[in-house]
Amino acid sequence: MFDIIWLIPLFPLTGAVANALAGARIGRKAIGWIGCSAVALAFLVATVLFFRLTGLPPDQRSATVTMFGWIASGGFQIDAVFLADPLSILMALVVSGVGFLIHVYSVGYMHDDRGFGRYFSFLNLFVFFMLVLVLSGDFLVMFFGWEGVGLCSYLLIGFWYEKKSASDAGKKAFIVNRVGDFGFIIGILLLFWSVAGQGVQSLRFDAVFDAARHLPPHTLTLVTALLFAGAIGKSAQFPLHVWLPDAMEGPTPVSALIHAATMVTAGVYMVARNSVLFTLAPVTGEVVAGLGIFTALFAATIGLVQNDIKKVLAYSTVSQLGYMFAAVGVGAFSAGIFHLMTHAFFKGLLFLGAGSVIHAMSGEQDMQRMGGLYRPLKATAITFIIGAVAIAGIPPLSGFWSKDEILYEVFRRGHPVLWAAGLLTAAMTAFYIFRQVFLIFSGPSRADEHTRSHIHESPRVMTVPLIVLAASAAIAGVFGFPFFKGGSPLHHFLSPVFAGGVHHAGAVAEEAAAGHGATAFILMGVSVVAAVTGILLAAFLYAEPFRRRAPSGLHPEVLAKRFTRLHNLLLNKYYVDEIYGKLIVDPLTRAARTCLSFDLSVIDGLVNGTGWLTRLTAWFSHQFDIYIVDGLVNSLATLVRYSSGVWRGLQTGYLQNYALIFVVGVLLMIAGVLVVI
Amino acid sequence: MTVTLNHYLLLSMVLFSIGVMGVLLRRNIIIVLMSLELIFNAANLSLAAFSYYLQSINGMVFVVFSITVAAAEVAVGLAILVAVFRFRKTVYIDELNQMRG
Repeated sequence: MFDIIWLIPLFPLTGAVANALAGARIGRKAIGWIGCSAVALAFLVATVLFFRLTGLPPDQRSATVTMFGWIASGGFQIDAVFLADPLSILMALVVSGVGFLIHVYSVGYMHDDRGFGRYFSFLNLFVFFMLVLVLSGDFLVMFFGWEGVGLCSYLLIGFWYEKKSASDAGKKAFIVNRVGDFGFIIGILLLFWSVAGQGVQSLRFDAVFDAARHLPPHTLTLVTALLFAGAIGKSAQFPLHVWLPDAMEGPTPVSALIHAATMVTAGVYMVARNSVLFTLAPVTGEVVAGLGIFTALFAATIGLVQNDIKKVLAYSTVSQLGYMFAAVGVGAFSAGIFHLMTHAFFKGLLFLGAGSVIHAMSGEQDMQRMGGLYRPLKATAITFIIGAVAIAGIPPLSGFWSKDEILYEVFRRGHPVLWAAGLLTAAMTAFYIFRQVFLIFSGPSRADEHTRSHIHESPRVMTVPLIVLAASAAIAGVFGFPFFKGGSPLHHFLSPVFAGGVHHAGAVAEEAAAGHGATAFILMGVSVVAAVTGILLAAFLYAEPFRRRAPSGLHPEVLAKRFTRLHNLLLNKYYVDEIYGKLIVDPLTRAARTCLSFDLSVIDGLVNGTGWLTRLTAWFSHQFDIYIVDGLVNSLATLVRYSSGVWRGLQTGYLQNYALIFVVGVLLMIAGVLVVI
Repeated sequence: MTVTLNHYLLLSMVLFSIGVMGVLLRRNIIIVLMSLELIFNAANLSLAAFSYYLQSINGMVFVVFSITVAAAEVAVGLAILVAVFRFRKTVYIDELNQMRG
């Protein structure tokens, strides 16, 4: 029934390989078609599986499909195994659906880029790894996808690698993720080591979760903490959030797909997938929730003062991810996944809208140079504002329902402090996003003459995805609408996955039945008031007609002057990069320099000393050769020469000399004979 | 007066001495070769004379062989001479002292 699940990641992989091999020859049109249709086909297959899944009774909605054996060692067995259950199929739908729209948008956005084929190859490869990540039924297969999306993130952040800042940002993202991934792999190994003690020689989710119930709590706390370390890195939570704002150096659709909609939410997905482990380790859950809300507040405050259009959205993403972690931390997994889904829509939309604005402004990203773009960029402006309203949490758009459900769950489960922080964050979110809207679209244009003359609406291939995403961002809240009979449909759909944890079977239904009483309505009212306050504040500070009526002192520059130190602190992102520079980079650089000088003095000294010694020995050997060996040979020759001098004199070379000697000799012999006789 | 053995030996000695003087004193290598022939023939003459005097055929046989060998030797000698001349462009033996030590 779910045998075709392997087709979902296969299509993007095929697209990636095809574009990588043939991209240089087949032309831009064909590249775009291959890239988009690969993701569209994956979405189609995911849709088919979704309907097959909903056709089953809820308690049977989980199937594993084993593709092939990957690692087999003794009793230990790792298969390439896919898991089809509500959570994984929902994630596959979000990834391939939003991914498809962003691919279509990219055809327009990247149209004049030299690396068009490379871009689509990387983007398809990313979708492949992301789908492997969400569809895997095994920790190691998940880790494979996890590292793959990290690789693609690196490749796409540094896509314009000629730019130093882009290649630096890619390296930063990769290295910061290393820190988290180290924790993640250690966590997997520790988990395997612990469940192996229970006789489970596998890392399949179902087997591990079954065995995990018998593990001691401290082991589970350690394992989940280590797994969460991976999530901190991948999902850019404090203190490893520093890579995400820098990742905005990549092309804007990449920021939308990887750094807003899908990859950065992988950490949330991973925690939700391991809901069994996290509910068994409540201490880690508290940490996750606390760190999530802290990051949400922390990033939102930074977002208040940023002037780069994409940096605001980047900090907003970090902040929203914090919300999701708060939800999964307190055990409201489906609320976290709900926010993940709506966030994928509205943040993808906001990023693509920002890309359209940047496109129109000839690459300008500073919001202080924008303004008055509503009229020339109508489609972009309207869709962007829909996204802004959604993220600000104004009913009935999707962001309200998902954010409110998180806040409600946090409050209901006894964390009023976290709830208050979340509410404050919601107000800030509304403020910074509308500050952005007003700076970009309202008032007079602050651009220079040249840029202003080039302002134009983006082509249809870019605006249509914006419109589709805007529609999704507006209505996606329906899936989590809490007033249906029996609770929200999404909650209901996901409940089989999350029911396995602390929630014993009845708990979910009970929760749903308890539903949203009077408290829920009061909390909703409070959060709407917070969001409206944020929007009004932004309007008084930045929107033209309100600005004139604003009380004196409520002016951006006046406020910045009054709170100079706070403003500087926020503008410099709490100096986290600088602290890392001082604490980690500088000592490393110094250690490297020490190693270098050791290398230069001691190692090179040894090598050079050996060389010098060899030369000295060679010099002695040379002298010995010249004076002793040659001396012996030469003196022998000289001896021969002098001793032969007399006899050489005889050899005159004159024939007649010889003949004379000959004759004289004969005469002497005759004379001798005569004398003797 | 009759011609006795002594006359032959005397003539032989004179020829021999002229030959030796020629070999020792002349520069021209052709003359030297000719002088060598004189020495040969002085020896041949004494052999022939003794053969006749002792009435023994041995000396005659010696003479015939000696003449034959001398002819061959002259042929070889002249050939070397021609080769030397071609190489050195000279026939004077005081200039042919390459072999000195």
